[in-house]
Amino acid sequence: MRIVDLNLDLNNIKMKPTRDGYGEGLVAAAEKNPDIIALGADITASVRVDWFRDRFPERFIGIGIAEQNQMGIAAGLSLAGKIPFVTNYGVFLAGRSWDQIRTTVCYANLNVKLGGAHGGISVGPDGATHQALEEISIMRCLPNMRVIVPADSIETRKAAMAAAEIYGPVYIRFGREKVPCITSEDTPFEFGKAYCVREGTDAAIIACGVMVYESLVAAEALAKEGISVMVINNHTVKPLDAETLIEAAEKTGAVVTAEEHQAAGGMGSAVLEMLAQNCPVPAKMIGVMDRFGESGDPGVLMKEFGLVSSNIAAAVKEVIKMKK
Amino acid sequence: MQRRMTREQLRDKTRQLRVSILKMLYEAGSGHPGGSLSAIDVMAVLYHNVMKHDPNNPGWPERDRFFLSKGHACPALYAVLADCGYFSIDTLKNLRKYGCILQGHPCMRHTPGVEVSAGSLGQGLSIAAGNALAAKLDNKAYRVYCLMGDGELQEGQIWEAAMTAGHYKLDNLCGIVDYNGLQIDGKVEDVMNINPLKEKWEAFNWNVVETDGHDVLKLEEAFSRADSCKSKPTVIIAHTVKGKGVSFMENNPSWHGAAPDKDQLASALAELGA
Repeated sequence: MRIVDLNLDLNNIKMKPTRDGYGEGLVAAAEKNPDIIALGADITASVRVDWFRDRFPERFIGIGIAEQNQMGIAAGLSLAGKIPFVTNYGVFLAGRSWDQIRTTVCYANLNVKLGGAHGGISVGPDGATHQALEEISIMRCLPNMRVIVPADSIETRKAAMAAAEIYGPVYIRFGREKVPCITSEDTPFEFGKAYCVREGTDAAIIACGVMVYESLVAAEALAKEGISVMVINNHTVKPLDAETLIEAAEKTGAVVTAEEHQAAGGMGSAVLEMLAQNCPVPAKMIGVMDRFGESGDPGVLMKEFGLVSSNIAAAVKEVIKMKK
Repeated sequence: MQRRMTREQLRDKTRQLRVSILKMLYEAGSGHPGGSLSAIDVMAVLYHNVMKHDPNNPGWPERDRFFLSKGHACPALYAVLADCGYFSIDTLKNLRKYGCILQGHPCMRHTPGVEVSAGSLGQGLSIAAGNALAAKLDNKAYRVYCLMGDGELQEGQIWEAAMTAGHYKLDNLCGIVDYNGLQIDGKVEDVMNINPLKEKWEAFNWNVVETDGHDVLKLEEAFSRADSCKSKPTVIIAHTVKGKGVSFMENNPSWHGAAPDKDQLASALAELGA
């Protein structure tokens, strides 16, 4: 298990939206590789693809509001050796063009990259229609698809760059709001490799996205009560890093998964499906519990939907009780 | 590259290809004869007299591309590809069987010469348009063809793609509509009318050529007109007969997705002089 010391002061942390990291990563990848093309879907600036468009106007192709067609265009570009990045709000990207992703992109293992913006309840005021809460489930069940849910903006940039280097479809999930920057330039990011951001012995929290930060806050609070909690940044939901996750379960004997997504079918499901067959331990899931989102302030919604550190800490206590 | 065929050679070729289609469907015990027989002349003309391609080098970067959007007509595509030499004719008898490179609907990872997997209708024109866009970006001279069904035009994505191809003036793209007038539930105009068709494509900024989809010379001329049209994509509305060449299959929607039995095969082959 790789252990990474983040050297964090949880009370003094820089905030930045993960969509900014995606926009930066796309430009950085495109500077290295002239085959990278970005497709626009009329929300170009909102998903930070305007940075690519302004830097490489000749490699930007606007498609308008037509998600299914956009995916097909990307498939056609990839068949000619291009590396198209299709970026859209996750609900429309994964949902509206799911069949195109399945039958055209994944079945043939085409080299198409999917940037899924506006992931999670923290999209806020736009409400349920725009809060992607199901993409991890419906992407990870597709053969050949890879799924990354980076923890912060810096990691999202690295994930976008890594996706460009992998042959085949990759889905990168990121969000709208500013979230804590918990990693740094020096933090090692390796596709498919989870890492431990806090060591502990009583339970392991396996988290992705902004929930890694919430888990660290929960672990800090629990430490004051004498409970020692490991936190894993499980940024790659598919393929899972089974080795690291099994080691975490073996060392602590209890697991809490935490994600800003439906608990059904998401990252936690992926982890627990695997652990149930390899290292069954008591487990609890933190996620959205089979309900649609609502409009509201992102912070209020995260609390209302049970996605903050106090919820994670409570789940850790419950799961430790289940060990006995 | 294949040698160009004369009208008589092409006609004989399409007759042989129809025989291949019927035999492979009989062996498979399932599949789609109606739309394969309506589309075979278009494919034969493309592969023998229009497209630049090399069966010994399916990935040749300069080749013209053919995207079969109505994936269920793959028996026609398989017959043509085998005839060109992409794989052995013998393979055809294992269509739809476990382990065969010929899947029930086309799979590019299984079959040499198949440009993209298809089977979920409405997707091919977007893929073809994306491929044509890539050719424009790279200043490549290859042309891109996409065969669609007429019932398939009920899919909204086709029109999203049509809008894109018109918008980007993809004159290296040529769509073909296999306009046989029938779909599984009956006549296209009764199930969900797609007319007026010519005007629709024109309204999406396409050049439209209408022709007899079974007349090999007229088809060749239509492809030549598509090639010479600049600043617009061209669609060829190929007027066809579903089940063409086998009297009891012609214009009968129940032959959309049913394989002939032994007696039906014999009588079909007799009609085709095989």
